[in-house]
Amino acid sequence: MSQIETFYDVMRKQGITRRSFMKYCSLTAAALGLGPAFVPKIAHAMETLPRTPVIWVHGLECTCCSESFIRSAHPLAGDVVLSMISLDYDDTLMAAAGHQAEAALRDTIERYRGNYILAVEGNPPLNEDGMYCIVGGKPFVEQLREAAEHAKAIISWGACASYGCVQAAHPNPTRAVPVHQVITDKPIIRVPGCPPIAEVMTGVITYMLTFDRLPELDRQGRPAMFYGQRIHDKCYRRPHFDAGQFVESWDDDNARRGYCLYKMGCKGPTTYNACSTIRWNEGVSFPIQSGHGCIGCSEDGFWDQGSFYDRVTDLTQFGVEANADQVGMAAAGAVAGGIALHTAISALRSAQKKVQDRPSTAKEEA
Amino acid sequence: MVIQTPNGFSLDNSGRRIVVDPVTRIEGHMRCEVNVDENGVIRNAVSTGTMWRGLEVILRGRDPRDAWAFTERICGVCTGTHALTSVRAVEDALGITIPENANSIRNMMQLNLEIHDHVVHFYHLHALDWVNPINALRADPRATSELQQAVSPSHPMSSPGYFRDVQARLRAFVESGQLGLFKNGYWDNPAYKLPPEADLMATVHYLEALDLQKEIVKVHTIFGGKNPHPNWLVGGVPCPINMHSTGAVGAINMERLNLVSSIIQKCTDFVNNVYIPDVVAIGGFYKTWLYGGGLSSKACLAYGDIPEHPNNFDPAQLYLPRGAIINGNLNEVHEVDVRDPEQIQEFVDHSWYEYGQPGQGKHPWDGETSPRYELGPNARGTRTNIEELDEAAKYSWIKAPRWRGHAMEVGPLARYIVGYAQGHEDITNQINGLLRTMDLPVEALFSTLGRTAARALEAEYCARLQRHFFDKLVANIRNGDQSTANVAKWDPSTWPREARGVGMTEAPRGALGHWISIKDGKIENYQCVVPTTWNGSPRDAQGNIGAFEASLMDTPMERPDEPVEILRTLHSFDPCLACSTHVMSPDGQELTSVKVR
Repeated sequence: MSQIETFYDVMRKQGITRRSFMKYCSLTAAALGLGPAFVPKIAHAMETLPRTPVIWVHGLECTCCSESFIRSAHPLAGDVVLSMISLDYDDTLMAAAGHQAEAALRDTIERYRGNYILAVEGNPPLNEDGMYCIVGGKPFVEQLREAAEHAKAIISWGACASYGCVQAAHPNPTRAVPVHQVITDKPIIRVPGCPPIAEVMTGVITYMLTFDRLPELDRQGRPAMFYGQRIHDKCYRRPHFDAGQFVESWDDDNARRGYCLYKMGCKGPTTYNACSTIRWNEGVSFPIQSGHGCIGCSEDGFWDQGSFYDRVTDLTQFGVEANADQVGMAAAGAVAGGIALHTAISALRSAQKKVQDRPSTAKEEA
Repeated sequence: MVIQTPNGFSLDNSGRRIVVDPVTRIEGHMRCEVNVDENGVIRNAVSTGTMWRGLEVILRGRDPRDAWAFTERICGVCTGTHALTSVRAVEDALGITIPENANSIRNMMQLNLEIHDHVVHFYHLHALDWVNPINALRADPRATSELQQAVSPSHPMSSPGYFRDVQARLRAFVESGQLGLFKNGYWDNPAYKLPPEADLMATVHYLEALDLQKEIVKVHTIFGGKNPHPNWLVGGVPCPINMHSTGAVGAINMERLNLVSSIIQKCTDFVNNVYIPDVVAIGGFYKTWLYGGGLSSKACLAYGDIPEHPNNFDPAQLYLPRGAIINGNLNEVHEVDVRDPEQIQEFVDHSWYEYGQPGQGKHPWDGETSPRYELGPNARGTRTNIEELDEAAKYSWIKAPRWRGHAMEVGPLARYIVGYAQGHEDITNQINGLLRTMDLPVEALFSTLGRTAARALEAEYCARLQRHFFDKLVANIRNGDQSTANVAKWDPSTWPREARGVGMTEAPRGALGHWISIKDGKIENYQCVVPTTWNGSPRDAQGNIGAFEASLMDTPMERPDEPVEILRTLHSFDPCLACSTHVMSPDGQELTSVKVR
């Protein structure tokens, strides 16, 4: 293990000066939304840690998580793989195959016992003795268990690993299950989405490397920093929702004016994700900005909640936290009850105004 | 024992058996077994899809307008192509014609995917079969710079300092002892033939392509909101156009169009200055390695794609060709009708499913599948620890589709061979130009290298077409048409009680079809026959082998324990296993055969 170099060693060997190294650390801090006080911490972490080994396994999936990961702009996926982690097993990208690939997996588990991160894309099917997904002649679930046994922590990438996703949608013919139903004795970070946003994926990894700890997780095991708010809470079309201005039909004048997509089935009000803040593909857009409602792909069981074009009727919260809940609940009841929408909206608006008038909510908004 | 297959191959499984599982650098899960003779030449090949997800049964009873989102999740690599096929199938069933602008936008998205997919495939999934990054450490950066400027004078990133810097980074990476993705590679295998400078140039481009691919997909992000898995819409596209007035940040406006245009330019520059020159340069060192032709010289199939006008799939109106070639007769290109029950049929005699009668094929509209996982009597190992498969029995989660009984190759090479045989002007010019440049005869097309080269040529063609549809979109908006969606039949109450439709595309990996039946506003049956089902198909009842298996035949291996040649040829198809292995029955009966434990 002694020949294993730290990030700093590797960067210095690349001819990067101390000054550039510190600048890199500042950029990393900025990318993570952290202040300058964190720069020395990042520098220290990179000076003392070897590149953390990562084993990335694939169950039943569509590879959209890997594809999203390589879209990361800050940090670049190439920099993550060359300088931050050591991606010692990933059957989508690795050079070796067959016996040599399996040997790379065994070797990494042995050599870095308790010190590697296991990233799981996809999920194990349990029907047919697990043989709906075969790796190396055996059920994928066995590979998952072996790799998990000595992992330091597990990242469940995407909706498949976190919740089950499309193959687990009714009637789930292969009995595909999320990772935490099979692995119960390890810390698991769920990074849902179909796929998750690229910079959220690399953000979770760099956070773990930088602070040598797991991110703070919410009750569903998701990193609070990226999944703490609804898309609706930070949607730039929110003022149109509040003003009762809605797209009524695809490509109508209201659509061209960028009104709210709530009536077209947008799931932004019930979906926790960072799409409306970080946005997609280097901030170019996100589904609502490009005219289609959110389909709620980072929520548990989003495939089985009716059509993507059905209106959300269980709208319970309105962005202004705790205190607004009861208000929102009442308003949502009104919507579900079939009262004309503008009535509900105006009720909402007055309710919201009341809440906003309370001084205590300012802190929660921030 | 030696077996002659009806499609012209001589299989001998008496030699040593080599197993490769997992086959890596593909989408999904796949296994390959071969027998090699005493000279290390492959004499029998067995390819197995090792995953199954059952998506179509999940689709039953759902809203047809949602189907694009489900089927899009069949594959996140060729993201969007299933969604496009799905909305086309629904529109075909309901008789919906999309607006001109929507056709241009969809075509740009599909072409954009072809380019992205081909670039990522070549550099990140395929290159390591030809390129040795460890050998790149021995390169002289100055000589590499000269090589770069010789093969591609227009590529700006070519200074000796640039190559020296990246080489230093690569060296530090290798010397760290943590080889990451390069770990346990076959770096001293003599199958690698590039000089160190070419290895360095290509390794540098691996990184350039990694940075570029995240730019390419922004066309999807603009029109579809995200990538992977952009959003689509039955009846058009979800993004409205608002070119002149107050309005949407997100509507397609001048700024968005400028961004699309700049990305199209980036795609074009990279393909012309990096991708094509790399394929020519790398291919030049492998000109004597012309194995892997398989079915490409015998049987090729293409559905055609990229319609000039909305919903018009007449072959004369498509930019990518349609047609079938059989029995190696390039002088006759057959018409393809995906609705004809006699043309496309799927067989399951060697697949882990069962039909009513052995040897029976079914058209996708009448498709049926009951999963039945069982190993043959001559398999070695156990049910949950397979050592060797028995290819005389069932051995794959992939079905065996056949066109009029023939096993077919699909994909960029198949499209290009069909186009070449039809005298398609752009395709013929591209192929002749490349063969001239590389000083190769036309027969060289029928090879692993030909497959890889056709993909690069197609990326170049697609980049040009992307510009064509961009210009067309702008011209149409200038003419006063801003519409992007036809909502006349959005409401299910306007639909007939029963309807059937089919959607076709040319996915990056080949011909893709979705067949849908709608009843009472819901999906009654949904079937997909996808490119890797064609290419990765197992044997059929007559013993015809599929394209993967055929392509491995008679290839010599430098070191049978190191599957470089197997990977090289399988990768040339760009296998997508999540796509290929999800077909389910229309009648729900199969559910009873799935034991829930």
